[in-house]
Amino acid sequence: MALVSPTVRSSTQEQVRQGLTRRDRNVAGLVLQVLLLLAVLTTLLILFTLVIRLVTPAVPVFRERGFGFLTGTIGSDPDKVGIWPGLYGSFFIGLGIVLIGIPLGIAAAIYLEEYAHDSRLNRFIVVNIRNLAGVPAVIYGVLGLTIFVGWLDPITQGKTVIAAALTLAVLVLPIIIITASEAIRAVPQGLRDAGYGVGASRWEVTRDHVLPYAAPGILTGTVLSLARALGEAAPLILIGAITGLLPRTSLDGAFTALPMTIYSWSSKADVPGSVLGFENVAAAAGVVLLLLVLFFNIIAVVLRNKYEKKRTGT
Amino acid sequence: MTTVTDQTTQMRQEIQVSDAAEDHVHETQHPVFEVIDLNVFYGAFLAVKDANLSIRQHEITAFIGPSGCGKTTMLRCFNRMNDFIETARVEGSIKYHGVDLYDPAVNSTEVRRRIGMVFQKPNPFPKSIYDNVAYGPRLSGIKKKGELDEVVERSLKGAALWDEVKDRLKASGLGLSGGQQQRLCIARAIAVDPEVILMDEPCSALDPIATARIEDLMQEIKSKYTIIIVTHNMQQAARVSDRTAFFTTEVNPDSDRRTGRLVEFDRTKKMFSNPNDERTEQYVTGRFG
Amino acid sequence: MSALPSLTIADLQGDRKRRNKEARMKVVFRIAAMLSIVISALIVFTLVRGAIDFLRLVPIGDLIDSAKVPGWFPRRERFDLPTVLLGSVIMGSIAMVVAVPFGLGTAIFLSEYASPRTRKVLKPVIEVLAGMPSVVVGYFALKFIAPDIVQPIFSPDKVQNMLAAGMGIGILIIPIMASVSEDALSAVPSSLREASYGVGARKSSTVAKVVLPAAVSGIVAAFIIAVSRAIGETMVATMAGGLDGSGARATSPLDPGLSITAALTNAAGGTDGVNSGAPYQVLFFLGLLLFALTMILNLIGDRFVRRVRQKY
Repeated sequence: MALVSPTVRSSTQEQVRQGLTRRDRNVAGLVLQVLLLLAVLTTLLILFTLVIRLVTPAVPVFRERGFGFLTGTIGSDPDKVGIWPGLYGSFFIGLGIVLIGIPLGIAAAIYLEEYAHDSRLNRFIVVNIRNLAGVPAVIYGVLGLTIFVGWLDPITQGKTVIAAALTLAVLVLPIIIITASEAIRAVPQGLRDAGYGVGASRWEVTRDHVLPYAAPGILTGTVLSLARALGEAAPLILIGAITGLLPRTSLDGAFTALPMTIYSWSSKADVPGSVLGFENVAAAAGVVLLLLVLFFNIIAVVLRNKYEKKRTGT
Repeated sequence: MTTVTDQTTQMRQEIQVSDAAEDHVHETQHPVFEVIDLNVFYGAFLAVKDANLSIRQHEITAFIGPSGCGKTTMLRCFNRMNDFIETARVEGSIKYHGVDLYDPAVNSTEVRRRIGMVFQKPNPFPKSIYDNVAYGPRLSGIKKKGELDEVVERSLKGAALWDEVKDRLKASGLGLSGGQQQRLCIARAIAVDPEVILMDEPCSALDPIATARIEDLMQEIKSKYTIIIVTHNMQQAARVSDRTAFFTTEVNPDSDRRTGRLVEFDRTKKMFSNPNDERTEQYVTGRFG
Repeated sequence: MSALPSLTIADLQGDRKRRNKEARMKVVFRIAAMLSIVISALIVFTLVRGAIDFLRLVPIGDLIDSAKVPGWFPRRERFDLPTVLLGSVIMGSIAMVVAVPFGLGTAIFLSEYASPRTRKVLKPVIEVLAGMPSVVVGYFALKFIAPDIVQPIFSPDKVQNMLAAGMGIGILIIPIMASVSEDALSAVPSSLREASYGVGARKSSTVAKVVLPAAVSGIVAAFIIAVSRAIGETMVATMAGGLDGSGARATSPLDPGLSITAALTNAAGGTDGVNSGAPYQVLFFLGLLLFALTMILNLIGDRFVRRVRQKY
């Protein structure tokens, strides 16, 4: 008996071991995994190619023109053009979003999350905001054309950067509301209870506890929406951003913005005899825009991390 | 309806009679709170039905009962924290020194300043220990540093936390242990000089040692404040409270929602030794709940 | 023992300044929230009013009159609706052919296969693609996809065509396809996966037979929302579609073509400051059409998203 049982045991053991370590020849699984990897890698390759194909034709522009490309104005000679009017327009569009879109968006989110009762009207507001977020950007251009260029002409002076800033502030408003609402919703109820428990009013609890806690999320959302607005060109075409000549940058006159510059240069034919083509300057403007957008993305991440640390008290 | 109300009114009178001999001082004063025929609804659902009781000054009143019996719901009526629950609705009245807390003219924020609250889970603000305590006083308009320092020190001493944190007032309140956090929350509550402190299972997230410290603290501060505590720990109610209200649940015949009922309210000693109601006896002896 | 204080309602009304401030803030927040309704109302009003004005100039029958020249020629007041609808459908379909495999593949990879470390690297990269300005992708479609990809392979008659534009749109909507599907996949409870592994299923069969079917309504939502984005995408279609606001009805992806969006921007930008007459007014009609189409798609997509939320 003492002799037999170890043998039995060892043969069972061997069987089990073989069973458990059997090489899994799972062809279908392997194919699936390869296909998925291929999808991811192709996506990355597309992004990589896009960046390369943007930067390569842009390099001669930065080499030839240097800072002159940033300070020059738009025109018909690709050797002399620059993106200053575009930067000017985009700056004021960004400013308009910061001054109008972001405060309004956060205020609306505060109302929906902290004040609103579950009424039919408030449910309608929420559904409506979700729908607005899905409206194509170009439609906001039609709205801006009628309202900000047309009706509000006495304030905006028509097709100006002010009308553009208002239009894009309206465009990003639903995105800001949605991201800010999400951030506010993530604030633990205990924090509000604590504030109310010592006799703080709704606004005091919101100001002192809810907003600071939700700040990283709100900031991330708003900075990303800013990046989105800066890259938007379609609504600007509708409200009449300039693609040709712009003698003077101003708040109350004709305007353009960085993405509009890229749009107009992309389709311009090259001028014979010039060193740089419009293709090159379009790419260079694209690189500047992409850097701006990336910059805001990085700011969003840095802000998020900083506040995260502060919040957890480390 | 009428018979139920009559019964409870009768019960209240009985309680008063039994108290009178022992404690006539309190009886001559009007109570801090007087709860009259209180019904609390969540939407159409009745969460607490026909509650009647009075809370007396400088006493610790404990609410006990099985879970879902409405004791926390009831507690949150005393400082109108139920206002934040979308569907919550209150019928009947809670008189605070004779003023109906649910009078439309009453400002719930002011109510909460006078009637503080300590929550089940310690919930310090993600701020420094100092700022946690100073938050309430600052809202009431105390801005001078000297004054604030004094309030903070007094409150932390009152919550028996001063010696442990006096050297790190600028450190985050979240860095404290669970028991210390809960005492910080008590300090924060007493910093606004409330008359009443509501405690919603304040020790349920704490270990026995931290629990004992909170219970000792309650005895220390009871001479200054009136305390109502919700607990599902009967021994705790027996140890700390002067009076106990026992709630139970009644299952509605037509739905399986449960409605909380106040069964009995009396001096704690009596509740745990010789309760009037059979259900109270069963609960305190551990036979149900 | 001291006598108890007796209170009146006045004692419980609190500080008047604080109370007024509270009331004021509430009004401010409420107005901000109501503004979204005003915006929606203005959008609808603007589009409907402009579209009616347009239809006064051009009867609706003319827009679908098959007896007339098939094509979009605003200067000749020839507005052939099937031309722009077909343009949007062709470019949208090509975009989906690009976005579905890459977007869904990325989503499945991220949610089921990627290690936390890979996710940490991959997600920001996808976010960069999501933040890519459409005008940059338009440039890419115009200057790279059309001449360097489509031209050598398909040798179309014109360098610029709807295939290149559609591919560009597809690149733009990969991230939305990926992120909505990934949300759906991560909403599948891990207990479901564990149950599958518990009966000895392999990873691949768990993904294919348990996770994907469970997330199907979310993936449908991703598809519908992506279609809506593809139809609404303007810059790539305008820049790389190959037509400058007018052209014959195109039937092949290798032809240049006009989408609703491209016809819209050209109506606004191509008339040199003329802002009256049918060639200009048509932009409101096209806007209304686009608004209605995308809104219907978004509402359907939303319904599917909600189905995911209800299920788990």
